[in-house]
Order: sequence, then C-alpha cells, then structure tokens
Amino acid sequence: MNGWSALDRFLRTDPRDVGCDQAMEMLHVYAELVAAGESAQQRYPGIAAHLQACGPCGEDFEGLLAAIRGGAH
Amino acid sequence: MPAGLDAESAGWIQALAGDGPRREAALARLHAMLVRIAQGEAARRGPRLRITGPELDDLAYQAAADALVAITGKIGQFRGESRFTTWAYKFVIFEVSAKIGRHFWRHPAVPLDAEDWDRLPGWFGADPAHQAEWGDLFAALRRAVDCELTPRQREVFVAIVLNDVPLDTLVLHLGSSRNAIYQVLFAARRKLRAALVANGHLGENNVGRS
Repeated sequence: MNGWSALDRFLRTDPRDVGCDQAMEMLHVYAELVAAGESAQQRYPGIAAHLQACGPCGEDFEGLLAAIRGGAH
Repeated sequence: MPAGLDAESAGWIQALAGDGPRREAALARLHAMLVRIAQGEAARRGPRLRITGPELDDLAYQAAADALVAITGKIGQFRGESRFTTWAYKFVIFEVSAKIGRHFWRHPAVPLDAEDWDRLPGWFGADPAHQAEWGDLFAALRRAVDCELTPRQREVFVAIVLNDVPLDTLVLHLGSSRNAIYQVLFAARRKLRAALVANGHLGENNVGRS
C-alpha cells in the first residue's frame, strides 16, 4: 500500500545527510559533476543523501542542473 | 584569480573585476544570462505554482537583479571549483527559490497554523479504499506527533506535512533558516520512525505492518 511505504520513506533519515547549508555551499560543484556524468554521489555521499531527503534543496539542484544543461556554452 | 581556471571563467573574472566599458559590457552580458536562467527556472517550476504570466516574469527579473548584486558582491569568494557560469547560475536559482517561498508566504493556500489531520493519509498517498488497514498506522503516527515531539518539532511537522506549507515559506514565517527548519524536521522524522518501529507499525529495516 502506498501510504505505508511513502510514510516509511519520509521518516527514514540518513546519518550521512550533511544538511542544507553544506549541500548548498557545494551545489555548483556537485551539479557540474552530475552534468558531466561523473560519480558525484560517490564523491559526495552526504550531499547526495541530503538532496534525496530535502525537497527544497532537491528542487534547487534540479534547477541548477537544468540551467547547466540548457545554458551550455 | 583562482589558479587553473578555464579560459571562459578567467575572462569573466577579469572583466568583472576591472572597470570601465569592459566591466559594463560584462555586467550587461551577465544580467542577460541571469534573466534567461531565471525565466527558465520560473517556467520549469511554473506548472506546480499558482503564479503565472507577468507575475512569474516579474519574479524572474527580480531574481536576476538580486542575483547580479549578490554575484558582484561575492566574486572574491569564487574559488574556481566549477565554471564561473555554474557558480553564477546557483545564485539565480536560489533567488528564484526564495522569491517563490516569499510569494506563498504572502498568499498561503491554507492558514499556516491550521491542523487538519484528515489530510495526513492523502499526503502519503494512502488509498482510501484501504482505510481499515492504514487507520491504525496514522492514528499511531498522530499519537507519536503529540507525545514524542517538542513543541517546535510538532509545529514544523504540522505545517509541512498536514498543511503542505513549502519549507521555504515556513522559514520566512518563523524567521528562521532553511537548514535550521530542516534539522528540526530531521529530528522529528527520526523520533517518529523510532516510535512507530517500537510499537510494531513499521519494521526496523523493511516496511512492516502490525
């Protein structure tokens, strides 16, 4: 049932999660690695964990990634 | 200037750190780029927002203008860890995000301190046809919210989960920061999961049912 699994996912916390401040500080570096197809998640597991759990930071990441891809020089 | 910069980033830094017509031209080019990125981001988020047309475009222009001020003020902090444009895009994405949060603070869909527990199953996508199954789970969750959380944790949980208030809007309402509110919610999530695991509603590692 959806409710169970969605609630379980929402309540799970990852101890590697670095929080918003650290993730946002390095977001440009992380997003550029992702855009280049490099292993950003392995290099910055704490940022990856945060972006999966934090809606607003995840949204900013998606926006920055779209900007990098759409604004390619 | 940071060592090892790519040629384009070095060009931006030299032009923006200088003066005269070259700097003016670089500022105009940077502003045009920021407007384009802000408009793209506003359009990307637009379908999920109740902001459209000129209001959304105005938001994009304001975000670009504020980002330009932030970038020129902090250009000394650019360390060359990414291309200059990627670093600059980050500022305008954050400005769009902040302005959307501010918009919802001024025009809330529901009162920020309302408390409608009937919304809870819907927030987690529970199927109304299975109410008998998830009724106990959400009743246990409500008890845990009331008994386990501090007043601040409860306030944040209710606003974000029950009232669907965007986290950035709640930040403005409480005069806090995104990181501070996230940490409050993080601690609340951990406590609630521990309570639901302890009483058998959730499994330690897998989704479980009592």
